[in-house]
Amino acid sequence: MKKLLQFFLTIVIVSAALLMVNANLNSSQGYSGGNTLTVYNWGDYIDPDLIKKFEKETGIKVIYETFDSNEAMMTKIEQGGTNYDIAIPSDYTIVKMVKKGLLVPLDHSKLPNLVHIDQRFMDLSFDPGNKYSMPYFWGTAGIVYNPKMLGGKKITSWNDLWDPDLKNQILLVDSAREVIGMGLNSLGYSLNDTNKQHLLAAKKKLDSLMPNVKAIVGDEIKILLANEEAAVGFTWSGEASETISNNEDLDYVVPKEGSNVWFDNMVIPKTVKNIGGAHKFINFMLDPKNAAKNAEYVGYSTPNKKALSYMPKDVVKDKRFYPAPELTDKLEVYEDLGKKNIAYFNELFLEFKMHQD
Amino acid sequence: MESKLSRNLYSFSYFLWIVIFVILPILLIVYYSLFDIEGNFSFVNYQKFFTAVYLKMTLSSFWYAFLITVITFLIAYPTAYLLTKTKHKQFWLLLIIVPSWINLLLKAYAFLGIFGTYGVANSFLKIIGMGEQQILFTDFSFVFVSVYIFIPFMILPIFNSLNELNPTLLDAARDLGASAWTAFYRVIFPLTIDGVKSGWQVTFIPALSLFMLTRLIAGNKVITLGTAIEQQFLVTQDWGMGSTIAVFLILIMILFMFLTNTRKRGV
Repeated sequence: MKKLLQFFLTIVIVSAALLMVNANLNSSQGYSGGNTLTVYNWGDYIDPDLIKKFEKETGIKVIYETFDSNEAMMTKIEQGGTNYDIAIPSDYTIVKMVKKGLLVPLDHSKLPNLVHIDQRFMDLSFDPGNKYSMPYFWGTAGIVYNPKMLGGKKITSWNDLWDPDLKNQILLVDSAREVIGMGLNSLGYSLNDTNKQHLLAAKKKLDSLMPNVKAIVGDEIKILLANEEAAVGFTWSGEASETISNNEDLDYVVPKEGSNVWFDNMVIPKTVKNIGGAHKFINFMLDPKNAAKNAEYVGYSTPNKKALSYMPKDVVKDKRFYPAPELTDKLEVYEDLGKKNIAYFNELFLEFKMHQD
Repeated sequence: MESKLSRNLYSFSYFLWIVIFVILPILLIVYYSLFDIEGNFSFVNYQKFFTAVYLKMTLSSFWYAFLITVITFLIAYPTAYLLTKTKHKQFWLLLIIVPSWINLLLKAYAFLGIFGTYGVANSFLKIIGMGEQQILFTDFSFVFVSVYIFIPFMILPIFNSLNELNPTLLDAARDLGASAWTAFYRVIFPLTIDGVKSGWQVTFIPALSLFMLTRLIAGNKVITLGTAIEQQFLVTQDWGMGSTIAVFLILIMILFMFLTNTRKRGV
């Protein structure tokens, strides 16, 4: 009994000491009062050196937190109790957030660097006039594959995936919108199609893909493809460039039937505490040199026109990751289909996953 | 001296705990399950649950949890028995417990490497002449990793009840002419049945709602109720349907607790 008591007492004392050290550290580094900025971003989606540079330039301390899906991020902002100053949602989520009044309009006069953004990425349908958001990164969805493992075979379309030679060689991502969208695209329908007949046809077509599907996974897809666990995988352009840098044999293609083009934009959520600091941060990230550094670290495509001149030629010229406007015009941006349709997508996806060949 | 007041005070904190952390959350789950995706009161979620997709999923969750529990038990009981016979039993027990302190996610990622096409397991299979096999993303790998994870939890209660067993009882049984096997299943096993029951409970119930391993190790080729709940809450944001699945999961758990608790003691 005495021993147990001693044990508990030790734990209490150690915890109290750690708390005190933590509080001391925070205040000595300036993490107190109104001099902080909380950034809420996707995991591994910023060059950490840039955060340090921003802190040095402005004297503002950055608290950096990450999320792994638009939905999770939105739920956290909606429910309150958080004080995020910056968030980085994707296109269709921005529409939803504006509808729900979760965003604060941007003051463009405080963002002089916005002149560097390529006009092609401004004033897009999800945020006319960029009232609420500034472009951060953009990219496409497509297929990463290993020509060496396929005996030199090339993949150019979604329908190539149904090739019987690819038995047990395909990795899909665990996401309804992407996989059902793939089925829709392969039949020539739009990614934003909500026609029940079309969706059922897409699901039926996907069921026949099952023998080729090795697994439906999450972020591990990068490791699995680089390790040649499977020859083909669905992924996004930035993930693809990272995977390719780990295994030079791999190639990335945007299927010819069409695919998804997406934009991640910086916004100021209504939970903001430091609105001046938030504008400073957005302007800092729009600076061409910073944007170039960030793009090189993250691997996604930067919407910053001026930044391209600070980046290696072979990266910028790579049509796989910087496709021309003519090509991206054919790709589709996800629209907010409403909760009910999304639920239906997920239901179909669940049935697809349960479909055993 | 314990007064009635202090006893009430003690039980008050217990009841407060139960109400806040057990009863209220369950009521909340039941409440949420009564709303459809647009927030209207309806039983549509319950209707949906009784369709082929969810019933199949329930059955398969049940089947995998059962399989995992049985295999874990078959490995854990003899291991626990042998442990009680060793000289430094607490030390050997500790060695088995230690891996359970490591984060589950970390262990799952380690298995990704081990079971991969170019992993250790396949190199071994090649050496013994069985050739390359697909191990990752199969039922086998899912059950194997789950069993590995649950073994310590099954061993602990069984070890404790075996350890408390009075060894003279066994001697008495043998003196009275029981064979080793008869002594085991007429004396040892009935006396340790409580440990076995709690071992089954701590394995079967979490196994029923495993969700991360179904993606990492089974590549979503195994779909359990846990996976479906995760999807409904985080992706679809259909809290009603997620709660409905959870209600059924809780019902299965209660049923299982009931079954393992009321069986007659002894033989």
